[in-house]
Amino acid sequence: MYNLEKIDDYRWRIPKSCKAGMRVDGVVYADERMIEDIRSDKAAEQVANVAFLPGIVKYSLAMPDIHWGYGAPIGGVGAFDIEEGGIVSPGFCGYDINCGIRLVKTNLKEDDVKPKLKDLVYGLYNDIPAGVGSKGDIKVSASEERKLLVEGSKWVVDHGYGRAEDLEYTEERGAVKGADPDKVSPRAYERGKNQSGTLGSGNHFLEIQTIDEIFDEEIAGTFGLEKGQVTLMIHSGSRGLGYQVCDEYSKDFIRCLSKYNINVPDRQLACAPVNSDEGKAYLGAMRCAANYAWANRQCLMHLARLVFEKVLHMGPKDLGMDLIYDVAHNIVKIEKYNINGKEKMLCVHRKGATRAFPPGHPELPDKYKKTGQPVIIPGDMGRNSYLLVGTKKAEETFYSTAHGAGRRLSRSAAIQAGRGRSISRELENRGIIVMSSGRETLAEEMPEAYKDVNEVVSVVHGAGISKKVCKMRPMGVIKG
Amino acid sequence: MKRYEQFPHTADIGVRVFGVDLKELFENAAFAMFDLLADLEGLKGDIVKDFEIKAPSKEELLVDWLDELLFNFYTKSIIFFKFDVREISETGLKARAFGRPVASNKNRLKTEIKAATYSDLKIVKDGSGYRVEIIFDV
Repeated sequence: MYNLEKIDDYRWRIPKSCKAGMRVDGVVYADERMIEDIRSDKAAEQVANVAFLPGIVKYSLAMPDIHWGYGAPIGGVGAFDIEEGGIVSPGFCGYDINCGIRLVKTNLKEDDVKPKLKDLVYGLYNDIPAGVGSKGDIKVSASEERKLLVEGSKWVVDHGYGRAEDLEYTEERGAVKGADPDKVSPRAYERGKNQSGTLGSGNHFLEIQTIDEIFDEEIAGTFGLEKGQVTLMIHSGSRGLGYQVCDEYSKDFIRCLSKYNINVPDRQLACAPVNSDEGKAYLGAMRCAANYAWANRQCLMHLARLVFEKVLHMGPKDLGMDLIYDVAHNIVKIEKYNINGKEKMLCVHRKGATRAFPPGHPELPDKYKKTGQPVIIPGDMGRNSYLLVGTKKAEETFYSTAHGAGRRLSRSAAIQAGRGRSISRELENRGIIVMSSGRETLAEEMPEAYKDVNEVVSVVHGAGISKKVCKMRPMGVIKG
Repeated sequence: MKRYEQFPHTADIGVRVFGVDLKELFENAAFAMFDLLADLEGLKGDIVKDFEIKAPSKEELLVDWLDELLFNFYTKSIIFFKFDVREISETGLKARAFGRPVASNKNRLKTEIKAATYSDLKIVKDGSGYRVEIIFDV
């Protein structure tokens, strides 16, 4: 049982005295109601375990959607000082490298879509490959695949899947620099083959939503959003390619721990200095997987736009399906911070956490320089999702915020709770149409399996590490 | 003896696997993984595949074994349903797995497993045999 000391209404400290070997304290963002859930499993211990890793700066952080993962908790953030032997850990990035989410606006109103909602959901379900090991229609030769891993979203846009301006509104413009296709093994290529443009399974989804409430009219206006408008959300990652990259580098890193004299409390946190051959190789491969994921979400958005055009008999101009933003929530980035008056290059790990750059940040597109970076936080398929923006105060979390609701029930407990019930009927009674390819996915993903995203968002908003812009409500959902 | 059971894990899937010896533990771990991936009930097939794996420790050997099978599932589209570990030490194994193509059995697929993780992985031996808790990323 971990001792969580209250710092203020939204922050809790795990003192480094909790476990011998912690280099810094842990800090968890949560409110009183959540803290009991957090105490009840191993998530807090995983925050403490991250604090063991060499070069960690300030504290081991967890966002309010924290839950028990593998190695690091989901919702975990850690920054490592590269000059001071700071590490990179494949397990702390996670298997689904650049699992992430994008939000697309439309010019449609809820009432325009309602009569055609079922057709739209069926259309998305039919035209977008999803489910265990699904394969896509987009075939890429081996030499082109290497280009895709370097160019990310741009490669797919150049091949007809989307528009040039989509890149402007994607984190890193859909291609993080430093991707090295030579560091991706033939097995990883093989596992990722033919999976571009596929959704995946489990918690990956496409969701048609409508805006229920606006919190900041001015910023919503900049994004071209108003109450009653229909949006589309896409959640997917790097598919088999990313899983294989993480798997192979985790294995390699366990085997070189003694070489760098690093002790980890859990093998899953195996790591190597950023400035080692192993660290550089992993970053080269991880960035390829990240770019693959951006390309994948770009393909998925393109396929979804075509479904909307086909079902609603409307052209792209009238539909106005512009990308608001695309954010990664499982990724490692090299970012510059001012630490105690000194400029430092830090290796920032976000595992189930979203980057949230403040207004004026140089990495943001011009249109968002004043608003701050859009932050997309999906909830479960029965409640809400949110659009927020980054703030200056988030410097204290290395410009990171929550990424979702966070699970409350295990998958088996959810399936148990779903026995004898039809989740799709229950949701349909509430006006939400859902379809899924996995037999047990709907039960696993049922609303009560998740924490209430409204509480998660109220913590990040209350703590000031991001600011609410608007809230969406689901209308139609496709699950993998 | 029970081959495996699920234990509650919030984000992923946790299984507790049992075996009288290491051989059976590894066979049951593979069975547990495919039992989560697909409905194996009554599955028959004639694909036979041999594996030879080496690793620095028995825990890493277990993950390598499971990942090797998973790699074959995803890239060769084979559902494995029976496992025979023929030789095993703490650092190496020789095994044969029996399976059938996914193609005609798509409706049997259940959960996508991304990988077997190393998280808190420890093979324990007690009076009744071997036991290990594995967390699968799903």
